[in-house]
Amino acid sequence: MDLMSLTAVELGQKIKNKEVTVKEAVEESLRRIDALEKDINSFVTVDKEGALKQAEEVQKKIDSGELTGPLAGVPVAIKDNMCTKGLLTTCSSKILGNFVPTYTATAVEKLKEAGAVIIGKTNMDEFAMGSTSETSYYGATKNPWDKDRVPGGSSGGSAAAVAAEEVPYALGSDTGGSIRQPASFCGVTGIKPTYGRVSRYGLIAYGSSLDQIGPIAKDVRDCATILEIICQHDDKDSTSYKDAASDFTSALVDDVKGMKIGIPSDYFAEGIDPEVKEAVLAAAKVLEEKGAIVEEFSLGMVDYAIPAYYIIASAEASSNLERFDGVKYGYRTADYTDLHNMYKKTRSEGFGAEVKRRIMLGSFVLSSGYYDAYYVKALKTKALIKKAFDDAFARYDVILGPVAPTTALKCGESLSDPIKMYLGDIYTVSVNLAGLPGISLPCGYDKNGLPIGLQLLGQTFDEKSILRAAYAYEQSRSYKRSPIAERGL
Amino acid sequence: MVITDETIDYVGILAKLELSDEEKEQAKKDMSNMLDYVGKLDELDTDDVEAMSHAFPVSNVFREDVVTNGDDRDNMLANAPEERNGCYDVPKTFD
Amino acid sequence: MEKTYETVIGLEVHVELATKTKIFCGCSTEFGGEPNTHTCPVCTGMPGSLPVLNKAVLEKAVAVGLATNCNITGKGKFDRKNYFYPDNPQNYQISQLYFPICRDGKVEIEVDGEKKYVRIHEIHMEEDAGKLVHDSFTDTSLVDYNRSGVPLIEIVSEPDMRSAEEVIAYLDKLRLIIQYLGASDCKLNEGSMRADVNLSIREAGTEEFGTRTEMKNLNSFKAIARAIENERERQIDIIESGEKVIQETRRWDDEKGYSYAMRSKEDAQDYRYFPDPDLVPIIVDDEFLDTIKRRQPELRDEKRIRYKEEFSIPDYDIDIITNSKKMADIFEETIALGAEPKKVSNWLMVETMRLMKEHDKDADDISFSAKNLAKIIEMVDKKVINGSVAKEVFEKVFTDDIEPESYVEENGLRTVNDEGALTKTIEEIVAANPKSVEDYKSGKEKAIGFLVGQTMKAMKGKADPGEVNRILKEILSK
Repeated sequence: MDLMSLTAVELGQKIKNKEVTVKEAVEESLRRIDALEKDINSFVTVDKEGALKQAEEVQKKIDSGELTGPLAGVPVAIKDNMCTKGLLTTCSSKILGNFVPTYTATAVEKLKEAGAVIIGKTNMDEFAMGSTSETSYYGATKNPWDKDRVPGGSSGGSAAAVAAEEVPYALGSDTGGSIRQPASFCGVTGIKPTYGRVSRYGLIAYGSSLDQIGPIAKDVRDCATILEIICQHDDKDSTSYKDAASDFTSALVDDVKGMKIGIPSDYFAEGIDPEVKEAVLAAAKVLEEKGAIVEEFSLGMVDYAIPAYYIIASAEASSNLERFDGVKYGYRTADYTDLHNMYKKTRSEGFGAEVKRRIMLGSFVLSSGYYDAYYVKALKTKALIKKAFDDAFARYDVILGPVAPTTALKCGESLSDPIKMYLGDIYTVSVNLAGLPGISLPCGYDKNGLPIGLQLLGQTFDEKSILRAAYAYEQSRSYKRSPIAERGL
Repeated sequence: MVITDETIDYVGILAKLELSDEEKEQAKKDMSNMLDYVGKLDELDTDDVEAMSHAFPVSNVFREDVVTNGDDRDNMLANAPEERNGCYDVPKTFD
Repeated sequence: MEKTYETVIGLEVHVELATKTKIFCGCSTEFGGEPNTHTCPVCTGMPGSLPVLNKAVLEKAVAVGLATNCNITGKGKFDRKNYFYPDNPQNYQISQLYFPICRDGKVEIEVDGEKKYVRIHEIHMEEDAGKLVHDSFTDTSLVDYNRSGVPLIEIVSEPDMRSAEEVIAYLDKLRLIIQYLGASDCKLNEGSMRADVNLSIREAGTEEFGTRTEMKNLNSFKAIARAIENERERQIDIIESGEKVIQETRRWDDEKGYSYAMRSKEDAQDYRYFPDPDLVPIIVDDEFLDTIKRRQPELRDEKRIRYKEEFSIPDYDIDIITNSKKMADIFEETIALGAEPKKVSNWLMVETMRLMKEHDKDADDISFSAKNLAKIIEMVDKKVINGSVAKEVFEKVFTDDIEPESYVEENGLRTVNDEGALTKTIEEIVAANPKSVEDYKSGKEKAIGFLVGQTMKAMKGKADPGEVNRILKEILSK
């Protein structure tokens, strides 16, 4: 049987029922990775030995009744910006090419406690800066639906690994759409939880006020189940929410009667692909037919989200990435004349072009004389964006729209024009600025057969409403496997 | 906004990045375009708006003053590009 | 006519707070560990690590703020100060720029009987850097992050001081306040208190400030005084030669007795401060403030008033004793154990001060316990030992904090109170020294001193000199 075609919850159930051993599941995952990596390149590191060892340990704990959770024994892939003790963690950058963390990120630790088996670390845009997973120092990841197309980013490796059925689920991180957009491009489901839901401890920071870890999986139930494991308060993260834990799976009911859903008309103005628009509006229709009250409204502030986002994210990134200096870990240039020369050469050689671009921009907007004009202005814009959402959520339970203006782009298409690439984040970044939860799930396919994503947004800490709406919508259709998964080995 | 060579050099000092001439030209263009683009925010009247660092209010998160960490020096130093006598070894510094 | 100049000085004082753990992680702040053994992912800037504020740091910072008459900021925040240096593992220091925890305070100082206020602009919390040591073998620098993340407060004064004497009085005032609060031991020579001096000069009588420089690396009061004099002269020379003082940071070399600019083209001094998104605001409400206020101990000025009323000892003694929290603590504890205040003060003022000088120790370094001093006083009161034996025993208490009673027993130092034995010894001394007896009887009163001394010697110092005197006079008058 094709174990990796199962959802994480289905596979967990089979392991629990002793129909499948953990080792079989892990070996199947490793076999598929072996076969597909040359085409997809969704992993930076595959921990074959470690995974098999974990499989043995987890199996024992399942057999002894110590592990009873729904995902015990299920393999998982972790985006390579989360620290894993003893396992290479690169952020897909040359500068961390040899970095072996001494500790494990809290979210990953929670998965391990629940019996997850870490298969490896997934490829991404370098330091999560990008929307295509092409800026990785370790080569671009390819879209399992079409190898000439990007999987989206920055969690492109995680989304592609799930879509290619290399693993049943993966963790990604989302700073401006980095879970939702690749999930959309790869035809899988991903959630960016409310800021503060999942501990950021051990997540290598890009934009600290925006970053959030979340799951990528085949369906809504998997995502809710993973959330129940990883959403927990963490004393090590000052921004971790006190009541982070919740019974997310209780929201999985096929009932949206009376739910108020708002569709921002500003999301469908210019730039959106007509096929995307059609599919998203058709999804709204499905929910309306199921009893939801669907209404168009004007959200406002949409055009200001990307400028505010790039100022804030770049500023924070310029500071967060200062620690990569050739002193404590990672890459150090081979030849240097003095300390500052060592810093400069190490960083210039260690970082890729997009990372340098954002560091330069971020350093500039924080520099003397520009701080108020750019950074403070962006933080004020952020407040206005939050207010626009607050006003909307006073009227609606859920906001519905597209994830991205288009389906997956051709490889190399957007790298030449950064601003054009940034514009692709128009529907996702405001969610990070406002700290809201958002889910991305498949809602159709374009004429090239590429998946189209539906995005549902909720008020802060109201993941349950979007889970319920997403689950109800999902019941109206069936999961479509990517061609590479369909084909088999 | 026109970005001069001086600005790029200055930002290079702040960010500890050394750009080739070609990279510098590109950076000037990129930064200039980007600053023009984000200048869109000037359209907004934000005089009475308070800058928002976090999207929702959390305050007073503390730890108790209790020692919780042991010694993990060897594992941490294992990552150091250069190490000597239990320390991180760096090019000579002047105070 | 020669111009006269006024020196304008403001201070930035860094104080290491006496907490068990670092400001943002659970690593020990203890001194003396092997390099990098008191470190963790947070204080070495490992990727993905996050800071969480140590509550004790906030409490101590607020306590210092209250004791220096500051307003406590209702909503404090942390900011990142970005600059690259290897002792700073994240290449940014977490500090407070925009919303420091305390603002607008003042302390009173006194120089040559003149009192004045030095205003405090702000007090903020921040993290200390690691230590860099030059390795001459490899000609590289070695970084030890054990001190990285040790909590500091920075107390920034207004430019209210006009002389080295005022600077030292101000620092001494801060030291005492902070020591009394138990917030730090404030040792300049060990770096737990560090002062950077901002200095400018202006023509006497003018209002406008001159361009200031910031002087670093001042490790003693003496160095501070010398650096101030040196910098004042340097700036006057510059101005008189028609040039302009450059605003810069300078480093004092105390050995060579001069300072040099710490500039480099790689050092833009543009710190790009912005709110640290990894930390959340600090809301100080009335309840929190009340708790800190309730815990606030008696400070020096209050103590001086109380000592005067309660113990009636001279002002001079009060000044000396309260000049160190350590000394004041021993004073009060010894009295609490039943000793007479005057006697305790005497022991501290005379013997303790003498031994401190002899052993080259500060009042803060004294380590004997009040219990043992109280015991010595009690033994003298009960005539178990005499005054000179007491001094001998106290020296042992001062150096090794020995238990006086057993020490006296073991070394047979107890005063001989057997009148028969004493009389017998005195009779022998009288018989052996007819010349002195003669002298005494012929009116040379002093001669008795020699006989007392001889008796004490014969008794190996263990007699009560008063008693010897009495018996001797009795015998001689026969």
